[in-house]
Amino acid sequence: MSSEHIVKSYDEELNHLNENILKMGGLAEALLASAIESISQRDPELAAVTVREDRKIDEIEAEIDQQVIRLLALRQPMARDLRNIVGALKMAPDIERVGDYAANVAKRAIPLCDFPPAKSISTVPRMGKIVQHMIKDVLDAFTEGNAEKAKEVWARDEEVDDLYDGMFRELLTYMMEDPRNITPCTHLMFIAKNIERIGDHITNVAETIYYMVEGERLEELRPKGGDSASLFVVTPEDLKKPE
Amino acid sequence: MPNTTTPISMTGPSVKAAPNGAPGPVKLETRGLDVFYGDKQALFSVDLAMPEHEITALIGPSGCGKSTFLRCLNRMNDTIATCAISGEVLVDGQNIYDRELDVVELRQRIGMVFQKPNPFPKSIYENVAYGPRIHGFAASKSELDEIVFTCLEKTGLLEEVRDRLDATGTSLSGGQQQRLCIARAIAVNPDIILMDEPCSALDPIATARIEELMEDLRGNYTIVIVTHNMQQAARVSQHTAFFHLGHLVEWGDTEQIFTSPAQERTQGYITGRYG
Repeated sequence: MSSEHIVKSYDEELNHLNENILKMGGLAEALLASAIESISQRDPELAAVTVREDRKIDEIEAEIDQQVIRLLALRQPMARDLRNIVGALKMAPDIERVGDYAANVAKRAIPLCDFPPAKSISTVPRMGKIVQHMIKDVLDAFTEGNAEKAKEVWARDEEVDDLYDGMFRELLTYMMEDPRNITPCTHLMFIAKNIERIGDHITNVAETIYYMVEGERLEELRPKGGDSASLFVVTPEDLKKPE
Repeated sequence: MPNTTTPISMTGPSVKAAPNGAPGPVKLETRGLDVFYGDKQALFSVDLAMPEHEITALIGPSGCGKSTFLRCLNRMNDTIATCAISGEVLVDGQNIYDRELDVVELRQRIGMVFQKPNPFPKSIYENVAYGPRIHGFAASKSELDEIVFTCLEKTGLLEEVRDRLDATGTSLSGGQQQRLCIARAIAVNPDIILMDEPCSALDPIATARIEELMEDLRGNYTIVIVTHNMQQAARVSQHTAFFHLGHLVEWGDTEQIFTSPAQERTQGYITGRYG
């Protein structure tokens, strides 16, 4: 934002709101990092701590709601300020979901430690790293008011979707090979799905930032990677076929 | 209305177009309007089109030229000796600064409502009846009664003053006086109503009544309003023009101006960073 408001307290309130968004985003990023770490290090204690940390994000979200209501009622914001404030109200639930998914990843990490390490486990940290970078970059785009950077993050989700798709196929194969793999692979599948969903929420955040900065919606359709859902489609005819 | 062009599009980037590319039937338009008070130039080549049956709000900091602009639209500036004007002001395509034009007739077609309610020091009835009577709009007392009652009805005042039409106009409350002035303005059957901060002396309830009235009147009149209250501009108008230092900085759909203005100066003013 270029210059300051004539009413200084308005600036302070707006800055405080934006700081809360960054704080929330930073926490969500850290949560995801330690959830991934607890998987690759096979550390159930770290996972348990991670699950508990999610509460902090929820608290900030509630605070943001209050701040937005207050700003709308008392300041009657216009133009860029209005987009900023409504943007914060839209971003907070997305970031809150990121925290939830990261906590879910950590939850799954606890039982996963009881099983021997699966072969495809390396994909999880790889996906996690990409998504973690997306969170970091989207928060940078927010701080800088950089619509191009937001758009770039938004486009990166495709890679995550592709990785998820590949991992899905791989895990399916392991489960078919040996039914004893079903439990750990199911956990891994949910973990991967959770990370993939985080990517989706980050693209939402990127869209919101783009609108905040430009005052226009990101027009193109969101990029969509591979579609693992097609692997599930079984028609009644398929079931009738002899094995 | 002969002056019909393409229909008004209320959304999309086309509203960012220059005023002369204005959407829809234009009632009132200025082209290259320059205004000087002595040596001081108050308006710089303003091109602005005001669509028919819509409310155009003029906003900007004090001294930006918005009231000067409004006063050019019915030649109110004629009375100021040092005031010089060049450019065109077109009403239904006709330049109102043409020498042949009858100013009295012009002011009948373009009504005006001022910041402070200024009823005549006469009865409520006479305030409304005065205009139609001098313009010879009523052939009989009953016709005149009908005009007065209709106008008081339209402004929502009839129920409130039915029993005391003989009371003096100044005995009414501020909000009622302002509605009386609007009733007086529409009594001579104008096409256009100019409003110069009509609510700045009123409380919020009286303001809400006037705003509601503006919305009701819009179907029959073209309204141009100068306001310092940006929320009011956002609430009542379909188009907003932002003036600064005598220049028309930006003009467009009200929604667009208040959510994503194109110009940094507009942005600064409406968000309260500048003014």
